[in-house]
Amino acid sequence: MLKVSEIIINTLAPISFELAAGECLGVSGESGCGKTRLLRAIADMDCVEGLVCFEDICQQDVSGAEWRKQVALLPAESQWWFDTVAPHFPEDGVDFASMGFDDSVLQWQLSRCSSGEKQRLSILRMLANRPRVLLLDEPTANLDAENTRKVEALIADYLQQNNAVAIWVTHNHAQLKRVATQRYFDFTQSAMVSL
Amino acid sequence: MNTLISLSAYDLMLAALLVLALAGLSARLHLGITQQLIIAAVRTTAQLLLIGLVLKQVFETAQLPLIALIMLVMLTVAAWEVLSRQKRKIKGWWGFGISGLSLFVSSFLITMIALFLIIKTDPWYTPQYAIPLMGMMLGNTMNGIALGMDRLIQTAWQQRAVIEQRLMLGQTAIEAIREIRHDSMRAGMIPIINAMAAAGIVSLPGMMTGQILSGTEPVEAVKYQILIMFMVTAGTGFGVVAVLHLIAKRMFDARDRLRFDQVLAEKKP
Repeated sequence: MLKVSEIIINTLAPISFELAAGECLGVSGESGCGKTRLLRAIADMDCVEGLVCFEDICQQDVSGAEWRKQVALLPAESQWWFDTVAPHFPEDGVDFASMGFDDSVLQWQLSRCSSGEKQRLSILRMLANRPRVLLLDEPTANLDAENTRKVEALIADYLQQNNAVAIWVTHNHAQLKRVATQRYFDFTQSAMVSL
Repeated sequence: MNTLISLSAYDLMLAALLVLALAGLSARLHLGITQQLIIAAVRTTAQLLLIGLVLKQVFETAQLPLIALIMLVMLTVAAWEVLSRQKRKIKGWWGFGISGLSLFVSSFLITMIALFLIIKTDPWYTPQYAIPLMGMMLGNTMNGIALGMDRLIQTAWQQRAVIEQRLMLGQTAIEAIREIRHDSMRAGMIPIINAMAAAGIVSLPGMMTGQILSGTEPVEAVKYQILIMFMVTAGTGFGVVAVLHLIAKRMFDARDRLRFDQVLAEKKP
């Protein structure tokens, strides 16, 4: 469903892989090894050699904005540009309760939110576009154990219900085993590893 | 009406002493503008004396090629000046091109409109009108263009993570910098809007003051001043719109990726 061909990151050998519907691919490796750059390349945020296609559509076939509506990248640190939460979201269709928020969250000032709250909100904001490919850059790095489990469950449900795929970057080996469907890409060896 | 009182070199030296005193104070307090101040003061003296001599010549002969050449030089220098006021260094020829093009729109075209349609000088290039008008347009619109450009590039640079986040959420380049563009337009236009609001109450604009000093009827001088204000406002507005459009276009590539490498010169280590 998602086909990545010959993407060249730094000085690594070209990276190619294919994900089937519903699959979540884990990605591990030391910081600075190119994990984020791989996600950015797939989301078409950088000029990188290689080809990325999703179903029958390749990056060049649609505009950058249309591609990123389908292929969503969740950056390690979320950014917000309005003062309150509400204007960052569509008017309806967002299930705030799934991340443990009640309806008052819409009036919250972002300057008062903790990094964990912002992270959970940013996951909801990304899902509001109903993307088919999720590129998650350490999505639970600043969450406690309980919220980490919530996020893992939410993403797993989302992949199932929407027939979507995900690439999940994490430092945590235990999490890698939990979230990855069957294999992960290890940047240290520059190879796919089966679980 | 009084005739103009001529200034002697001695009178100008008295005024220069004030600037020197300021430079001395700045050096003593380590305010860091001494050198810039002196250089600018020397430049203004030399440049104005030189243009005084040139204008004397040009007014006597009134030849079109010469006038066109002077206008071209003015435009080039103004474009250069806009670039040098940027906090972040813009890529060479491209930066020069956009500031030149925006100034052409803001100053040259608007001056032409004034000469052909409003003042209707005969011939249109009558240097007593064409050169001071163009100069005033350049001098004033240059500020707005430099400010708007600086604000756009500075803010976009500081908020590059926000811009990229918005792109990641599927916004187009134009959507992703909408607020920054509004802000930059405001930054470029505020000085001239303030000048229009304060004109006549807080300040007597320079051109009008000059005309009154040289014996023009105040109401005549006021009419010219209003004309100039409107021209400068329109010029600044169109110029800032042009420069913002061109920079914003260049800041992103065809795939709507943020590309500062296309806008900013590389920093020298």
